[in-house]
Amino acid sequence: MNQLLSVGVDGAIYSAWLFTAALGLTLIYGVMKIVNVTHGSFYALGAYAAASLTGAWLARGYPPMASYAVLLVAALLVTLVVAPLIERGILRFMYAKDEVVILLITYALFLILEDVIKLVWGVNPYFIAQPYALLGSFTVGGLAYPTYNLILIALALVSGLGLAWLLHSTRVGKLLLAVIHDPEVSRAMGINVDRYYLYTFTFGSLLAALAGAYTAPTVSVVPGLGVEIIVLSFAVVVIGGLGSLPGAALGAVIVGVVRSLSVHYMPQVELFVIYFVMAMVLAFRPRGLFSLAEPRKI
Amino acid sequence: MRRERTPLVLGGILAALLAGGPFIPQWAIFIITVAFAKGLVALGLMLLLRAGLVSFGQALYYCLGAYAAGALGRFLGIGDVFVQMLCGALAAGLAAFILGFLLAKYRGIFFGLLSLALSMILYGLLVKNEALGSTDGFNILPSTLFGVRPGPDWVRYAVLVAAAVVSFFLAFLVHRYLGTPLGRLAPAIKDNEIRVEYMGASARYAVHVKYVIAAVLAGVGGALAATTVGHIDPDMAFWTTSGEFIFITILAGTGSVIAPFAGALLYEVIHTTAYDLSPNTWQLSLGAALLVIIVFLPEGLWSLFGRRHAHRS
Repeated sequence: MNQLLSVGVDGAIYSAWLFTAALGLTLIYGVMKIVNVTHGSFYALGAYAAASLTGAWLARGYPPMASYAVLLVAALLVTLVVAPLIERGILRFMYAKDEVVILLITYALFLILEDVIKLVWGVNPYFIAQPYALLGSFTVGGLAYPTYNLILIALALVSGLGLAWLLHSTRVGKLLLAVIHDPEVSRAMGINVDRYYLYTFTFGSLLAALAGAYTAPTVSVVPGLGVEIIVLSFAVVVIGGLGSLPGAALGAVIVGVVRSLSVHYMPQVELFVIYFVMAMVLAFRPRGLFSLAEPRKI
Repeated sequence: MRRERTPLVLGGILAALLAGGPFIPQWAIFIITVAFAKGLVALGLMLLLRAGLVSFGQALYYCLGAYAAGALGRFLGIGDVFVQMLCGALAAGLAAFILGFLLAKYRGIFFGLLSLALSMILYGLLVKNEALGSTDGFNILPSTLFGVRPGPDWVRYAVLVAAAVVSFFLAFLVHRYLGTPLGRLAPAIKDNEIRVEYMGASARYAVHVKYVIAAVLAGVGGALAATTVGHIDPDMAFWTTSGEFIFITILAGTGSVIAPFAGALLYEVIHTTAYDLSPNTWQLSLGAALLVIIVFLPEGLWSLFGRRHAHRS
């Protein structure tokens, strides 16, 4: 019973983390039809920026409680600089190309950003464990969990519900839905589609950077962070259905629970099961669990 | 008539390698042999790319080939280069034949994502498999050829010769395949699949065949890489390895069966020199090169050579 309980808690924490990490990917695909490999770079950028900024904040002896806000500022700063640069500078000239070709272009950008990160931050690991340890821990069924994990869950809820609210209850969101539905007609109706692409790319990347920033205190920030997160996010997003917001939530919960089950009962299949579920979903519902029937276009 | 020059060029390069091999320094032989291994994988990807398919999981078959070769040595004590390559080809071909029934239905990003998932499944299995050395992998037995173990000064040359002969033989077969009706279907599938079906051909069958051929080539390449490097680990199935192969294929282009080998050699040379000069920026140069090629030379570097002839015919 206790083990099931801890499976549940672990699963919830891991799902929340995955959801935040993958949400931006599904948003960008949904609006722009880009499978964005640079998503992993933004995750890493967020983590590094958070490590530097929070490290500097704490080293100067400023109140450690405010470091949670500093993480947010770090993610914002780095995304607002890099994301518009990439979208305006390179991606916007590529929209006419095939989906697969754009995937390769973002892969090339990913390779470039990997080294840019190494050039800026070097190859040595960064540690900012203080925000992680600061909040103490809570106990469930005899096992202690760091309270910081609740922040991760809150972050997932805020970003998921916030995005849903943005899409369905605001003017910007409704116009964005129109762009998703038909960019050409939207343009004809006077919507500045280019600007919405810029917003979407920046916001989607911001979500990745946020996930990275809030993960930074729990891990050592080393080169290669982005490489691992990108395949995991692909798995989450593909399981739920590329471009679907509830799909990403479902995908995150499935992967989170499956992984937590395997960690507790069969640790040797931990990585295998995630991609096995992804392959199974692709095999039986190629467009993901939350996909709608699509009209065939000739 | 230009196509028929390819066998001559292949034979010429092979003869030059055989004759010049003893005079090439050991490190260069190593680079060329690895380029053959990766060139074989890229050759398979080229077949798929001609049909408009980009596999983000070709490392699956590369790794299968390598582990098949490794298992031969570890469990049966066989270190023969040719047996290793044969086993790599069989293991990869069999897996691709089965998975092909599923994958041949997929196009575009879904083909890429499903192949990615499959290669990550293998990665996930290998990482946790203690019998196969988990994340550390294991060492390969020293290479032998037909039961003879060459002396330490000659082993690299011997493996290079084996690699060159097998690679060029396979490249020649692929070259012939490209001339068959099934091979010529690839650009048609890329352009308009529905018309292919109306013509009476089965796009699914054609893709399945290409997929199996590509996997066999990758399996041979994996076995070759294993025996050349002498060590294998699960990273051979990780998605970044697949990315490397895609890079080589895009760099080289789909113009000729020689292109993937030239691309692989260029990649290995860039990799080695750039890594020596500046270990922290070589990926940056790779990424920039990929970007430039996709935008300005969508047919790859090979199109620089072919353009002159294309006008004449």
